[in-house]
Amino acid sequence: MFQGLPIRPEQASTIAKGVDHLYYFLTAVDLFFTAVIFLTIFYFAIRYRRRSKDEKATQIEGSLPLEIAWSVVPLVLTVVMFLWGSSLYIRNSRPPEASTEIFVIGKQWMWQLQHPEGRREINELHVPLGRPVKLTMTSEDVIHDFFIPSFRVKKDVVPGRYSTIWFEATKTGSFHFFCAQYCGTNHSLMRGEVIVMKPDDYERWLSGGVQAQTMAGAGAALYERFACITCHGTGKGPPFVNLYASTVKLSTGEAVVVDDAYLRESILYPSAKIVAGYPPIMPTFKGQITEEELLELISYIKSLKTEERQTAK
Amino acid sequence: MATAALEPEIDTRVHYLNVNYGIRSWLLTTDHKRIALLYLASITVFFFVGGAAAVLMRLNLIEPQGLLLQPETYNKLFSMHGIMMVFFFMIPSIPAVLGNFLVPMMVGARDLAFPKLNLLSWYVFMLGGLFELYAIFAGGVDSGWTFYTPLSTTYLNTHVMAAALGVFIAGFASILTGLNFIVTIHKMRAPGLTWFRMPLFLWAIYATSIIMVLGTPVVAITLVLVALERAFHVGVFDPALGGDPILFQHLFWFYSHPAVYIMILPSMGVVSELITCFSRKRIFGYSFIAFSSVAIAVISFLVWGHHMFVSGQSVYAGLVFSALSFAVAIPSAIKVFNWTATMYKGSVSYDAPMLYAMGFIGLFTMGGLTGLFLASLATDVHLHDTYFVIAHFHYIMVGGAVMGYLGGIHFWWPKISGRLYPDGWARFAALVIFIGFNLTFFPQFMLGYLGMPRRYPIYPQEFQVMNVMSSAGASILGVGYLIPLVYLIWSMRYGPVAGPNPWGAKGLEWQTPSPPPTENFERTPTVTEEAYAYGNAAQEAHVG
Repeated sequence: MFQGLPIRPEQASTIAKGVDHLYYFLTAVDLFFTAVIFLTIFYFAIRYRRRSKDEKATQIEGSLPLEIAWSVVPLVLTVVMFLWGSSLYIRNSRPPEASTEIFVIGKQWMWQLQHPEGRREINELHVPLGRPVKLTMTSEDVIHDFFIPSFRVKKDVVPGRYSTIWFEATKTGSFHFFCAQYCGTNHSLMRGEVIVMKPDDYERWLSGGVQAQTMAGAGAALYERFACITCHGTGKGPPFVNLYASTVKLSTGEAVVVDDAYLRESILYPSAKIVAGYPPIMPTFKGQITEEELLELISYIKSLKTEERQTAK
Repeated sequence: MATAALEPEIDTRVHYLNVNYGIRSWLLTTDHKRIALLYLASITVFFFVGGAAAVLMRLNLIEPQGLLLQPETYNKLFSMHGIMMVFFFMIPSIPAVLGNFLVPMMVGARDLAFPKLNLLSWYVFMLGGLFELYAIFAGGVDSGWTFYTPLSTTYLNTHVMAAALGVFIAGFASILTGLNFIVTIHKMRAPGLTWFRMPLFLWAIYATSIIMVLGTPVVAITLVLVALERAFHVGVFDPALGGDPILFQHLFWFYSHPAVYIMILPSMGVVSELITCFSRKRIFGYSFIAFSSVAIAVISFLVWGHHMFVSGQSVYAGLVFSALSFAVAIPSAIKVFNWTATMYKGSVSYDAPMLYAMGFIGLFTMGGLTGLFLASLATDVHLHDTYFVIAHFHYIMVGGAVMGYLGGIHFWWPKISGRLYPDGWARFAALVIFIGFNLTFFPQFMLGYLGMPRRYPIYPQEFQVMNVMSSAGASILGVGYLIPLVYLIWSMRYGPVAGPNPWGAKGLEWQTPSPPPTENFERTPTVTEEAYAYGNAAQEAHVG
């Protein structure tokens, strides 16, 4: 397996190259200034070594032009670094519209990964080659962090909220992922492999295994089991059709966009944001619904939107 | 070696070490010099406790599966290493030992402004230290030195309370010491010692004290909130209780980032003293170095968010914190260039303190420059929470701050003890530490870039080579730290008598005998020249 000394992690995503280019630039600047300082110190130490006990040095107060020079040069360089690093970061944090969505739940000390089509994995993540993939992540307990070195992506996975990362794999094969945020005893075992497959193989893989329900399908069952239907299906509560990604008006007059975080909050803390025109009668489902079920319900509500668009004229 | 003829001189004169004897005379002393030595002894113990933890960790990391420890034990070791080194060694190191000893002497005063408060701060510090030692020996704590929530408040079953309480208590010692320094520097400077005649060590200690007084209360409050949530389930940080775990990180880093500068600024002050003395030159660009200390102290309060680029804080917050973090590079660069320029046309000697000072400049430069990778958003995403970060901050805190501390100890040791240490051994140790340090931490930059996360007792096979290299370097570094311990203790009894000013240094502390009398100066000195006036004649002319 191991040949020679590895210097660079594999570049296996569209993001990796850009990050590496900035990394090389920073390394070059670092090496240059480190060399300048080391060589100057060595040179001065030898050139001006004390030759006699009573030797006197030439006293120099300072030099304004030099001070300006060595303030302005670092300033210019850091501005370049800042602009480069920031623009790349902004680009890297926006997932493309058409991303395949996969859900990630971290818990002490394992990763559970769910594909909307229904397949579930533990500490293993199958993804298609050359297609953008967006991970929507949350934690059941403490803060974890999902880190794929070969893709140069990393994000904390925080209980009580959803965080996202995205990537587009450029190589087939198997790549490590790690929990990068210390999360207790077996933190270092909370890791696994991303398996990048050709799209055809991926589709085959998706439909294989134990034929499970799709996440939206599981959500539909929960919709009935938790009796959401008694209000949201009868007009007592806001209807779900076409709800996702729409803008709703709240009783406070505020307008919010319905996204994962909003839906999650409305299920767990219904009184936090009330849609205008509806009474605040919904009970909380906090403690009764797992993170996994929440994601399934959200997938279901999302799916109602697409269905509607397809069937309506 | 000491000549017999010189021996009586040191023993007959009354000075702060022999003015009285017995344990009581030390435990109830209000002499800043004795309190400095109390701190020196205590933090040396804490340093070797924290160091022992590091040795075990490096040993364990030789094997990908862990050579000898269970993950649980390893987690306790890195937590203990961090807590001990940060809160009980680095933060008090230069301020409480060298600062305590030197601030009154450098301003030409008999003691600090509040001598009793000074003694109290040592007791407070020791109480905090005892809580910490209790936490360690009663079974340990595995929260990391960062105490991230909700892990620390809800999920861990170890001695989080005792550890947090220890840090909380020790914080008050910092506040009291900082307060004492600020008042002393403002009110007790000798006649003629204007602000811009002060040695740069005082500027650095002054900037550090401001951070201590303003920053420490925030970490104290944060730890109280952790304790409240842990003990009484008051929901502050745990989302299950309605809290916000990210809030903890904001509060924690609001202190703990400036704390990095509490650790490095005093070392920068020490280096300014060493470079000038061993180049026999006035400092290059005095006011630029002085103001860059203050600038670093101010900016340090505005950059905490760079610890949270991947935590989920907004992209805009990330941009602002990234820009401010880059801003720190400029005053840091100004310092490095000015120190280097100070050697130009100097009369450079290779005494041990100078070797430490040159080592400091090199390693601090590398530590500072690698910080740019972490201030830059796109690269930080990859490097955050990997060994790259570990390497970076060890270059700053060990390569920088500890080198400065050891350089300072070696520089002022003849003043503190009245004796010289064996110069050859001291230079040898400085070299061993420099080499051992680089062998330990340089491979960690590469490990981090390859993607090895920090706090991993068990890791994939491909990281092994670099981990073994790092562990090998650590064994050299460990030996390097033990050598000075031996010869410094030896020199207290057997070292040659140093005399008042063995280095031919400027500064008021060198104008009084070594060891100094309890009241420091027979008469209050008057200052008639700038700091580092190495071009002027000998300084006896303007004493008294």
